[in-house]
Amino acid sequence: MTVPISWYLILSAVLFVMGVAGFLFKRNIITIFMSIELMLNAVNLSFVAFSYVLRQLSGQVFVFFVMVVAAAEAAVGLAIIIVVFRNRESLNVDDIELMKF
Amino acid sequence: MLDQFFFYIFASVILLGGLLTITRRSAVHSAIFLIATLLGIAGLFLHLQAEFLAGVQVILYVGGIMVLFLFVIMLVNLDQAARQRQFNRQWWLALLAAAAVCGEALYGLYRGRGAFTFPGAVPGNMPPNTQAVGNALYQNYMLPFEVASIMLLVAMVGAVVMAKKRL
Amino acid sequence: MFNEFFSRQDLLLIKPAVLLALFGCGILLTDLLHERRHKYLNAVTALLGLGFTGVQLALIQRAMSAAGYSEVSGFSGGLVVDGFALYFTWIFLIATAIAILFSVRYLEVENEHHGEYYALMLFSLVGMYFLATAMDLITLFIGLETMALSVYVLAGFLRGDRRSNEAAMKYFLLGAFSSGILAYGFSLLYGLTGSTNLRAVADALVARPSGDPVVYLALITTATGLLFKVAAVPFHQWAPDAYEGAPTSITGFMSTAPKAAAFAFLLRVFLVPLAPLRPAWEGLLVVVCVLTMVVGNLAAISQNNTKRLFAYSSISHVGYMLLGLVAGNETGLKGIAVYLLVYVFMNLGIFTVLVALRRKDIIGDEIEDLSGLFFKNPVSAVFMLIFLLSLAGIPPTAGFLGKYFIFLSLIETRHYVLAVIAVVFVVVALYYYFRLVVMMFMREATDPERLNISPGVAVALAITLAMTLVIGIYPEPFIRLAAGSVLVPFR
Repeated sequence: MTVPISWYLILSAVLFVMGVAGFLFKRNIITIFMSIELMLNAVNLSFVAFSYVLRQLSGQVFVFFVMVVAAAEAAVGLAIIIVVFRNRESLNVDDIELMKF
Repeated sequence: MLDQFFFYIFASVILLGGLLTITRRSAVHSAIFLIATLLGIAGLFLHLQAEFLAGVQVILYVGGIMVLFLFVIMLVNLDQAARQRQFNRQWWLALLAAAAVCGEALYGLYRGRGAFTFPGAVPGNMPPNTQAVGNALYQNYMLPFEVASIMLLVAMVGAVVMAKKRL
Repeated sequence: MFNEFFSRQDLLLIKPAVLLALFGCGILLTDLLHERRHKYLNAVTALLGLGFTGVQLALIQRAMSAAGYSEVSGFSGGLVVDGFALYFTWIFLIATAIAILFSVRYLEVENEHHGEYYALMLFSLVGMYFLATAMDLITLFIGLETMALSVYVLAGFLRGDRRSNEAAMKYFLLGAFSSGILAYGFSLLYGLTGSTNLRAVADALVARPSGDPVVYLALITTATGLLFKVAAVPFHQWAPDAYEGAPTSITGFMSTAPKAAAFAFLLRVFLVPLAPLRPAWEGLLVVVCVLTMVVGNLAAISQNNTKRLFAYSSISHVGYMLLGLVAGNETGLKGIAVYLLVYVFMNLGIFTVLVALRRKDIIGDEIEDLSGLFFKNPVSAVFMLIFLLSLAGIPPTAGFLGKYFIFLSLIETRHYVLAVIAVVFVVVALYYYFRLVVMMFMREATDPERLNISPGVAVALAITLAMTLVIGIYPEPFIRLAAGSVLVPFR
């Protein structure tokens, strides 16, 4: 492999941090949720890179399961988003302050 | 040489897509850029000889999850949200936290880059991929595979419970 | 019938989960047959399922002790049934059974009585079973998500209620976020060790040179994910909102069974794969413990919503339990096990009373709603008093026993400062628990409406009170049970 593994890992770390940053400072729930997808993809990338270096399949199997989890989370999460929208017509996290510290 | 070329191409697609996903105003634009990122990752999967996962990435993520996202974006009214301020009030705090995490992660990975050398790692190709993944799923990883079926059932029931108006 | 990859033993070991899943699917189907006023039959089915699972668990336990095994593993090491797993599975089953008992009338009052509620509870139990038994990162992750997805939906089960929607949403977003962090930690652990099996991970981590920064990165991300799941400070923000907004019956459920499952998960990961890194995580955990006790107890003082108050109280209890892991000796781990068992009974007792306070047109989750409870319904007020004393850790109630072992382990391992801090916060906790007592016994009732004591609520109250007192007065058998559940730290 001419591209060393650490490059893949750094790419994955940067992507992961982008996801974290998006999660922390976006206001729109759907974009926040997309940031979580970015994080999961960073995880997948590092798993596949490790799996390639180790020449074994466990990492790829884990990625398969992470994708299944992402799909299930998307189904439930988007359903929750629809309900929230139906009852209040806004998807801005700052508006959602019925409950406070 | 060619390896590096492709890596740079895909990496820049991924990073640019990711950056635009979290900075764009409109949720639809974010979703489109997220799709670019996902496709870039699928490209890297091919590069790392994970053909099966590259296929699943395109079919499941781009074809399934992102289409679901776009549907929901169309169902809910986001025009108003797009005109509002995009970042929440503590954005500078978040930026600081994210920068700290990023610095920590990069420093850790950089300092530990020697940690990922494996004497046992044989050079050469991975076994023919799709068949091997299938075998692993149905042999060593049978149990999580079965539990995942329950999880998908939960997701299905949960989505219906939440979204259906009258149960 | 069984091929070379599986034996009968493998299938026997997952039989409790299979039974739960079967009964869950059964409820989804039979729900269609019941008329609206017969929906309580779903609860009966769910309890029957729990009963069968309990019998199966007892059979496994008996077979193991007859053959003299302390643990049985299946699926080529991917699953292990040991004292630890069995003990925690019992806790999950008992907590869920009590939660089902007090849910029936509550859901009728809320007019959201659907079979899916009970089915999702059983499915979340399937996830919890795998959190307690799995020895593989992949199975743990999938089990966690099975549990979490069910509980997100249950938290939002009152779909017409805005607060319930928001609880589900906040819980979901922060849960998914923490799962992402956890998965990142798992990916680094896998990359460092080349295996997803917990014991193989531990072996490989022992072989690594110490002071490796990537190891710390893996440790920090994994630990962050786990601490999110048990709602330890500073990763607790989701808990008060989720607890306050969720249906009261689900708040009771969430604060016991899924919390115990998250603890089983945390203990398994910290004591097997991360055990070689103990010097690195011990200091981290001390900070988290102190913060959790401080923030949990101090924030609880100023709350006016009962559910929110008990959310912070539950956070502070997490702090005490984590102290057992800081001590890390046998007494400490036994203390966590006893504490969790006791906590399940006393907390569910409290929530049974809170559920009974929900009547037509009265939500019953403000502290004022408790006022004059003694004059309206002396029995439940006295019960509540006993549960509160137990939560505060006053002998001879069971809560004292849990705290006793934790403090003992701290003194045995010479963590004197931590022990003093913990005792100080017990006093702080007394203050806000007694605010509730004053409300119940010394104020006039604000509403004349009588309490809603259904047969299920009565049974739940009887069980929780009996166990709170029995464990406190005659603790030997329970201590022995807990001692059998102690997970031997790796190496």
